[in-house]
Amino acid sequence: MAAHIQPSGLADEGIAGETATPPVRRRPRIGSGFEIIVLAIFAIVMLFPVLWMLETALKDTGDIYAVPAKVISGWTPTLEHVKDVFSSNSPVFSGFKNSVIVAAASTIIATLLGVPSAWAYSRFAIPAKKDQLFFILSTRFMPPVVVVIPVFLMFRDLNLLDTLQGLTLVYAAFNLPFTIWMMKGFIDEVPAEYEEAAMLDGYSRFEAFWRVTMPLLIPGIAATAVFALIFSWNEFVFSIFLITDPGTRTAPSAIAGLIGGTTTDWGLVAASAMIFAIPVLAFAFLVRKHLVAGVTLGAVRR
Amino acid sequence: MAEVLVKRLHKAFPDGTVAVEELNLEIGDGELFVMLGPSGCGKTTTLRCIAGLEQETSGQIVIGDEVVSGLRPSQRDIAMVFQFYALYPHLTVRDNMAFPLRAAKLPEAEVTERVNEAARMLQLEPFLTRRPSRLSGGEQQRVALGRAMVRHPKAFLMDEPLTNLDAELRADMRAELKHLQERLSSTMVYVTHDQTEAMALGDRIAIMNKGRLEQLGGPMEVYERPATLFAARFIGSPPMNLVEAEVTNGHLTAAGGLTIAAPEGLTRGAQVIAGVRPERLTLTATGTGANARIVSREALGDETIYVVDSEAGRLNVRMPPTARFDEEQAVKVSHIGAAPPAYDPKTEQVVST
Repeated sequence: MAAHIQPSGLADEGIAGETATPPVRRRPRIGSGFEIIVLAIFAIVMLFPVLWMLETALKDTGDIYAVPAKVISGWTPTLEHVKDVFSSNSPVFSGFKNSVIVAAASTIIATLLGVPSAWAYSRFAIPAKKDQLFFILSTRFMPPVVVVIPVFLMFRDLNLLDTLQGLTLVYAAFNLPFTIWMMKGFIDEVPAEYEEAAMLDGYSRFEAFWRVTMPLLIPGIAATAVFALIFSWNEFVFSIFLITDPGTRTAPSAIAGLIGGTTTDWGLVAASAMIFAIPVLAFAFLVRKHLVAGVTLGAVRR
Repeated sequence: MAEVLVKRLHKAFPDGTVAVEELNLEIGDGELFVMLGPSGCGKTTTLRCIAGLEQETSGQIVIGDEVVSGLRPSQRDIAMVFQFYALYPHLTVRDNMAFPLRAAKLPEAEVTERVNEAARMLQLEPFLTRRPSRLSGGEQQRVALGRAMVRHPKAFLMDEPLTNLDAELRADMRAELKHLQERLSSTMVYVTHDQTEAMALGDRIAIMNKGRLEQLGGPMEVYERPATLFAARFIGSPPMNLVEAEVTNGHLTAAGGLTIAAPEGLTRGAQVIAGVRPERLTLTATGTGANARIVSREALGDETIYVVDSEAGRLNVRMPPTARFDEEQAVKVSHIGAAPPAYDPKTEQVVST
């Protein structure tokens, strides 16, 4: 009766290699020499402009123009240019202020409109739902620069040129499809049963969404809003086309405006660019998980 | 508590699928009513129509004295337990159970009192401050029950509430649920695809198939006399033997000489299908009966199920554990006990009386 019981130890040793464990794939912690060289070259190519920007931002003006260039040593760091960015007569400081206003306002508008519509697309039977969603997505098919001229003409007639409101409107319009699609992904992940249970518990359709689904969506909304914020913050083409008044210019075009003319204060350009990059880096760090996982990630475990 | 009436319910989805053809149900006050059927038979859709989560295409739903068609789920005063429990993951057990009471804007003192009462009844007191994700399946199930109970609703709707539990726990919860329902004398509409659950729980069982009602009756009635061949196949494990037979002189005679007691109401010479439960057949090594051969044998401890091949087809036979037959052994199979129900092969309806 005990014929089927293997002699002890056989299973551990493996019979004729059949049950031997597959060879463990060694993953060295650092990698082979070749990998290191390739990655190092890649890193230098990618990071050199950033390093150069940081150096330029912190160098004295004399050191910036020094020939031969003082790359690693021979210069003392100074915060002179950083101070200039925040000085009252700096052309970029108001740019930063405007950027904060436009980016925040457009993100809030896109989120306020996008989350409820994403909920509707996710939960309700809407005629031609797929076509509508495709249409919404199609506004992102072309590069935004394609519609710059028509938008410019419209804005001229509507007196929206050179206004922060106009720019906010454009950015909100560009962020809305993204918000709807991304939020729909998040809402699809939350079982509809939660809302159904809440409706049977005595809440209206909207209350059920607000009290049950909404708290579960907060991580998703935060991630989506950060993406929208980064887009609005970085946007350059519309900003430079629709706004010529230095008083309402946003940071990207204000920084670009520093270049040209008779002399270019490269220290100020670099310091502005450095400060401009900090919020994006910070936010990108916050949503790094979502940057990799994309839209399909689940916010809620069923 | 209240009665629930479903009148001429018809439900078609926008894509053209008809989930419920036409359904009439009268569910009594304090009754545990089970809707049983395979997936896609329309039982869950019917439940969701009663709940107000689906809008019926035509027909009427009445809860208590009130026509609720067109009312929102929140206005119907019913509670539902979902298959996946749908416990709000961001709330503690206490807040989950208090959720419907807060919707009704009850004073906080009464909310606490009712939640504590339900927690005591369901032995949930140690878990009140936990989140649902920190509970086992059975505990989550009890919280879902508690959330339904605290409101003292007109009726409970249960959508396969025990399906996600493992077998042992399912039997425990089944008993607990039945006990609870009797204690609260609540009206309960219970949807399941598990015939054991339906038999164990139901005061009455509605067997559904393809959006139609196949049979409505008490558990024993449904077991003893299935109204259609579908119901005959669905209820019972192992399933009923469906044997083609001819009405002869005082008997039903199947191929191979298997004689079965004839029920009333059949005309002589008619071809019928007899529905013979496995426990109404018996095997003997010698003697009278139709020739058969043992195909397989499942010793379950308290009983042994034999599958035998005979000229009348493959038959399930339930025998006491003392019966010892080997596979491939030649045996005699014969029918014992009362006459089985007989079915018309064409209409698939029961024809015996």
